[in-house]
This record gives sequence, structure tokens and C-alpha cells, in this order.
Amino acid sequence: MEYSQKVMDHFMNPRNVGKIELANGVGEVGNPTCGDIMHIEIEVKDDKIEDIKFRTFGCAAAIATSSMVTEMVKGKTLEEAEKVTNRTVAEALDGLPPVKMHCSNLAADALHEAIKNYRSGGTTLANVVKGCCKEEPDSLLGQGQKIRL
Amino acid sequence: MKSVYMDHSATTPVDPEVFQAMIPYYTEIYGNSSSVHSQGQKAHRAIEQAREQVASLIGSSPGEIIFTAGGTEADNQAIITFMNHERQKKGKHIITSAIEHHAVLHTCDFLVKQGFELTVLPVNPFGVVEPDVLRAALRSDTALVSVMHANNEIGTIQDIRTLAAISHEAGAAFHTDAVQTVGKIPVSVKELGVDLLSSSSHKLYGPKGIGCLYAKKGVRIGSYLFGGAQERNLRAGTVNVPGVVGFGKACELAQQRLPQNTAQLKVLAQRLTRGISDAIPNSRLTGHPVDRLPGSVSMVFDYVEGESILLMLDNYGIMASSGSACTSGSLDPSHVLLAIGLPHETAHGSLRLTMGKDSTQEDVDYILEKLPPIIKNLRIMSPLGQ
Repeated sequence: MEYSQKVMDHFMNPRNVGKIELANGVGEVGNPTCGDIMHIEIEVKDDKIEDIKFRTFGCAAAIATSSMVTEMVKGKTLEEAEKVTNRTVAEALDGLPPVKMHCSNLAADALHEAIKNYRSGGTTLANVVKGCCKEEPDSLLGQGQKIRL
Repeated sequence: MKSVYMDHSATTPVDPEVFQAMIPYYTEIYGNSSSVHSQGQKAHRAIEQAREQVASLIGSSPGEIIFTAGGTEADNQAIITFMNHERQKKGKHIITSAIEHHAVLHTCDFLVKQGFELTVLPVNPFGVVEPDVLRAALRSDTALVSVMHANNEIGTIQDIRTLAAISHEAGAAFHTDAVQTVGKIPVSVKELGVDLLSSSSHKLYGPKGIGCLYAKKGVRIGSYLFGGAQERNLRAGTVNVPGVVGFGKACELAQQRLPQNTAQLKVLAQRLTRGISDAIPNSRLTGHPVDRLPGSVSMVFDYVEGESILLMLDNYGIMASSGSACTSGSLDPSHVLLAIGLPHETAHGSLRLTMGKDSTQEDVDYILEKLPPIIKNLRIMSPLGQ
């Protein structure tokens, strides 16, 4: 598995890390169980994203997509920002390894949650936790018997 | 840039002496060891010499060593062929532990699909299989118990001697995956009392693609590959002569160097563990604090994720590994870290540094200089723990 130079750049030198004192929109997606949590805060003024910051727990792809999405929408109108998708974020990073596409590529979702939170007038964290883990049932094992003690 | 290799439990470089010993068997003594002519005879003699070197390291007789293509094949052959043989005899129940390498766990799962019965033993928070837990799981139809000698991720060394004795009392045979211990700590099949043992060359400065299965005299295993009479009809296929020669030489060198290497690695690992624990809050050693592989330092750091740590370390030339989901290729973190009771989010923040014979105090100092700021920066970036 290899990351593009852009991913490595955004991972090693992430843009817009931190918190916003006067945030009026907050969004969070992911789940610590899965190993990825993306938290985005926005300050909206006159329908524009004046400021945006992120904090992310996760792998290089999770951090790079978070950093990239903040760069893509800073100074943009909410309408423009809403058009950004996980796919366009990945494209802006010159792609992600296939295994990372669904589990660590949630930064646009976090942004959309923050915008939704702003529109509903709250700075309280929209407690949206999106599951990403699938349990593999042991029942697929077939005719024998397996006991976990 | 400085290069500090801290992943010796994954693999080791081939020792130059080992490499030199192998070279003639590629270009000069290239005969098939099954051939009758003098080229074949020379190759055959080289294999038998290597068999003696391997046997000497683990205290077996040469006739009890079967060369395989590595540790995974040895595990597969031991478990599958032994159980197939015992199915109509002792029974179809097998016992293993929750922290085994996938070469054992997935092989056992395969047997379950064939109708065998499996019990997976839990481990305590240090990663130790407790004797009483094994005792309670043994049944009259238990044919085989397979517990690894030392764990590749957390370094914990099991009390194999006791576990094997308990198994034998119940009439079950005992297999151990000793891929992480052979050449690193003293391993004697007689002292351990095991019937089957798997080993791999590339963990002890030998080449990749070669390993062996020790099968105690009289223990009935069978062929796993078909199509030739090599290895006393137990492993078909032209023998990898240069690989076998390299494995033998690596075992000989390991035997000479073992006491000194072990002492040196213990000191380095202790300094590294203490240094990291002192410099980084919310960090913990995983595995057993004392009964562990000499050069193995396995840690978990709260609020950060393993792959990010690895890539930031790699940026400074430090090569390590982790049991986070991102590095395991699945959505779950390492089964070993979950089995010792760590919550998912903690297991995602694991780091394994495994040192080798050429690791130095300078390497340790370099890691202690680079790692703490990396964890600090990742924590600033993390929404957890704030």
C-alpha cells in the first residue's frame, strides 16, 4: 500500500488543525472502535465558511482527507461546500489506496454534519456516530464446532 | 538519512556469513539432492549437515527435522496431518490459544470446516495461557494442543513445559509454534517436552522461504504436499538446497551468539521501555513484563492511531510495526491485543519495536528523541482525550 505524495504532504503537514473559539457549527463522524474519528468545527459568516478547523484520530488517510477538506472549503459558501464529497476529497489527494476508500474517507461527511449543525442553529455537537465496523460471524465456519472460552 | 530497523520480529537481514555459505549452492553445487551423480551427492550431504546444525540448536536428533518452505507450512503440516491421523483414534478435538499466529488459527478454522472440534483458550492480561484453563478444556477426545512459544506481537513467552505436561497427562500431543523463539532464547525440544515444533529461518538471520517442522520420533504426521519422496516421504518437492544450507548456518551462528545477544537485547529493551514510559504519558507496555522476548518492546498509546505513528517514524528512518486495523488489513485491530483485554481504541494505538543483534544504544537514544514528539503532535491532532 502506498500513499500519493499529496496524501503524505497533508498527513505530515496538516492544514487547519485545532479548535475554533467561536464555532457555530460542529460535526463529528466515525467511531473509536473502528480507529477513525473526524471532528470538524466551522465558523460561518454571511453564508460563508470564514474559518474551519479539524481534529482527527486515525490513520494517514483519515488525517490527510480531513486536512484536504478544510483547505477545499475555507472561504467558500455553504452551498459550494455542500457539493464537496468524500470522492472529490480523495480525488483532490490524487486518490487513496482502495482499502482506505470507505473506512478512512469520511472527512466530507464530517463537514456536512457541521453545516447541518450550523443550519439547525446549534454549536452543540451533533452526536452523529457513524458505524463502520462489520462483525464477521463465526457461524460461517461450517459443520464443525468452535468454542471460545 | 539515518536508518534504524526495529522490526526484527517481522524478519531479519541475512547474516553475511550465512549468505557466503549459500552462494556455492546456487552456481557450483547446483545438483538436485535426489540425483545419484556426484553433484546430487554433494547437495545431499549439504542438506544433512544443515539438518544436524538445526537439530543441534533445538536439541533434537537430525532425523526428527523435516525441512519445509517456512513456519507457516510447518504449522499447517503439523496440525492438519496430525489431526487427520488422529481423527479415528484419539479424537477430533483440538485446543489452541486466542493469541496464536494466523498460521495456526486459520489452520484450525480450516479443520473446523472439515468437521473437527476446536477450543480456543483465552489468555490473561499479560498474554499468558494459564495452566488451569488448559486443564479444564482438555477432553477425552482431545488429540492435539497447539500453543505458541512466544507471541510475535506482545513478546510473552509461555510456560510450554507445564502446558505440554498437562496435555500429555490427558493423552493429547503438543505442538508449539516456536518461530519467534528459536535462535533468540534457548529452545530445547526435550526440556519443553513438545511433540511437534515449527521454526522459520528468516527470523534468525537466515534466508526467507525455508523453515522446519520438528516431529518427535514416533509422532505420526503425514505428507502435506505430494509428488516426491524427499524428506523421508514427508515433504515432496525438490529441496531448496541453498535455503537449507543458509538455515543450517544461521542455526549454527545463533547457537554460538545466543547468550551474548540475549543479554545485550535485554538491556536495550529495558532502556527503551523505561525511556518511552517516562517520556510519554498514557503509554503502557503490552505483554508480560519479565517473561518476554529479549529484544521486544510492545507499547500502546492512548488517543492515537498506529499507522500514523509508523509513517511518522518512517519519516525519520525508524522502521517498526503496529497491530492497528490499518496495518492488519482489516477493520479490526490485532486479535492478540483484543485477546489481552485491550479496548478497540487502545489497540489501534499500538507500536511494536523489535530489536536485533546489531541494534545499539544509539538506536535506542534516537527513538527516544523522535518518538515522544510524534505522539505529542498526533495527540494535539486527536479529538480523543481532551
